[in-house]
Amino acid sequence: MRKLFIKELIKLNNNKKIYLIINDLGFSVIEPFKDKFPNRIFNAGVSEQNMMGMAAGIASEKCNVFVYSIANFSTFRCAEQIRNDIDYHNLPVTIVSVGSGVGYGNLGYTHHALQDYSLMRSFPNMLILSPGNNDELISILKYIKKNPQPSYLRLDKNEHKTIKPKKIIIKPGKFIKLINGNPKKIILTTGCVQDIARNNILKKYKNYSIYSMPLWGMKAKNFARQTIKKFKEIITVEDHFYDGGFGSWIKECINDTDIKTTIKSKYINSNVINEVGSNEYLLKKFGPR
Amino acid sequence: MNKTIKNIRTNILKLTYKAQSSHIGSCLSIVEILFTLYNKILKKKDRFILSKGHAALALYSTLYEKKLISLKTLNTFGSNKTILMNHVSHKVNGVEFSTGSLGHGLPIAVGKALKFKINKENNKVFVLLSDGEMNEGTTWESLLFASHHKLDNLSVIIDYNKIQSMDFVKKVINIEPLKSKLIAFGCNVDEVNGHNIISLTNALNKKNKNKPKIIIAHTIKGKGISFMENDNLWHYKNPTLDQLKLGLDEIKKKYA
Repeated sequence: MRKLFIKELIKLNNNKKIYLIINDLGFSVIEPFKDKFPNRIFNAGVSEQNMMGMAAGIASEKCNVFVYSIANFSTFRCAEQIRNDIDYHNLPVTIVSVGSGVGYGNLGYTHHALQDYSLMRSFPNMLILSPGNNDELISILKYIKKNPQPSYLRLDKNEHKTIKPKKIIIKPGKFIKLINGNPKKIILTTGCVQDIARNNILKKYKNYSIYSMPLWGMKAKNFARQTIKKFKEIITVEDHFYDGGFGSWIKECINDTDIKTTIKSKYINSNVINEVGSNEYLLKKFGPR
Repeated sequence: MNKTIKNIRTNILKLTYKAQSSHIGSCLSIVEILFTLYNKILKKKDRFILSKGHAALALYSTLYEKKLISLKTLNTFGSNKTILMNHVSHKVNGVEFSTGSLGHGLPIAVGKALKFKINKENNKVFVLLSDGEMNEGTTWESLLFASHHKLDNLSVIIDYNKIQSMDFVKKVINIEPLKSKLIAFGCNVDEVNGHNIISLTNALNKKNKNKPKIIIAHTIKGKGISFMENDNLWHYKNPTLDQLKLGLDEIKKKYA
């Protein structure tokens, strides 16, 4: 997804108002952007807090800024810069993280994105952009160009072909149908877990429909609630811890309401932090099932 | 000039009393710096960020003198529903950026300066830091970046009043030798009396090429009210009615 992201970003930068900031990573990924827009890309060095503050500074001068890093470096390391400088000022900075879930496998816990949703969804203006396939990613980038705002784009290291390729209309809190099935009982994914939903979860929950929600966040709760209530049962699937994750968010959407929808959550078990292994191994043992 | 300085100090004192707020010492140390910026230096296209956001009242009082906020608005300081947050707020006319957590203003300023520089726009960026912010990692991260990219459109003023929150700077975390540290980070550095408007103006107007400019402004915390000067008690405490009267009297005499 990384290379596709750069390819699409280049296409969108026709007015040269898009700036890309990296913190000394992105080797063999970001070069095409650099070749095309050498004055629109900056390496902030290994200094995430300054990077995020600078991104806010540039964005405050009517520019769109994309900050590209590995999840924990561009979130937890500079959480207060995101909170105060970007989210509070409602600036058009898109924080791009690579390696969702345990995507970095053997590189270990420092590189795994397991709590990033919980942090990023705690900011009132922040929109979470979590594409589950290449088509969703392309639609998301067009959406964010049209609707610049504080946002968190969570990418997998690998490419993800769509289950059902077609033109996707996206909106925060919108359910996107991927596989037709039971109209009242559904599996709902966010991020790159659509293959897991189809190949594993669907075996247990036979004939359930599969939906995806790539855009969500604090502001989208009211809109999402209107769709949640139409279903009898929702099984959420994500590559993140349960606490503070997507399933919890969906549950929060209907907390303190009369909506009777049953919600079950599939997520990465927190015991994953005690083992080292490949992405595939860790997902198989600790992932959503 | 003296009249404006007097008005700013008077409003800082009166409103700190009325709002029962903290940080009066931090406000009083930067009055001349703000006066100089807003009356001698800043052009419309320029940017100024108050990184030591706890000195918001000094900025609000200066903006009032520049007629950017009304007396009615200024007098809401400390009340409910006011837009004048006790840490400086971008929701106030004339305020570039909200701060309050230390170490944020300089990276923002660097981002703005970078944007102007690479687009060959001649806007200048000014940022005022506290000496306590010299403890922040972001300060030094930003200086590395600013000097690497030769951001000579960036001017950093350090309000060196020698007292941070809990104690004297040299007792908390010694930052000396400050000037040589900043030079080693690739900056042009000047040291001035931060209460002298001519010195501040000259230093801020001095030609600057290829490097970020830093002005170490030697100031006195609580400047202008003798019993508040050089005492970190006034980082926290607000004046009693008697102290208010004493302070107002002093200001009236000193800046007549």
